[in-house]
Amino acid sequence: MRKADIASLIHDRHGIPKREAVNVVELILEEIKESLAQGDEVKIAGFGNFTVRSKRERKGRNPKTGEEIGITPRRVVTFRASPVFKQSVLDATEVSR
Amino acid sequence: MTKAELVDQITRKVDGLTRTQVDVLVGTVFTSIKDALTVGDKVEIRGFGSFRLRDRAAREGRNPKTGEIVKVPAKKVPFFKAGKELKELVDS
Repeated sequence: MRKADIASLIHDRHGIPKREAVNVVELILEEIKESLAQGDEVKIAGFGNFTVRSKRERKGRNPKTGEEIGITPRRVVTFRASPVFKQSVLDATEVSR
Repeated sequence: MTKAELVDQITRKVDGLTRTQVDVLVGTVFTSIKDALTVGDKVEIRGFGSFRLRDRAAREGRNPKTGEIVKVPAKKVPFFKAGKELKELVDS
């Protein structure tokens, strides 16, 4: 599924014109990105939380050459799915197992 | 930022939609991602990131109350990988 598919779904389900649906989807993504860029976390009830975590400097290795290299401190985005989200995945995957 | 704050922001930026309508649309966006993953599909949004399911191996855990060893079966969990643009935005 891609961005256009989400917009189509909004169009089909809510009768919002396609262009406006695309616009809304893009605005949502932009808002989330901006918030994270400022280091603010994004909490979506029933879905999950996006948080920004600071990583310390650490040593890594070039997996090809085995050479040791320094990995600079950085900020990364992590996502934690909400319990509801995790449970619906569990329910769906257990049935199909 | 919470979902309610996200809805406020979007309502401010679009014309012709009420807050209630925007709230429903925002809900649909997240529900559709969740639904796609539960049916085993993956969601790829350029510039933002991708959502997919990851396998977690079976492991032995402990009941923290009784100390008893319990087997935790293998399972699938939702996983998000930030896209290039988002990674760069956050780390600058």
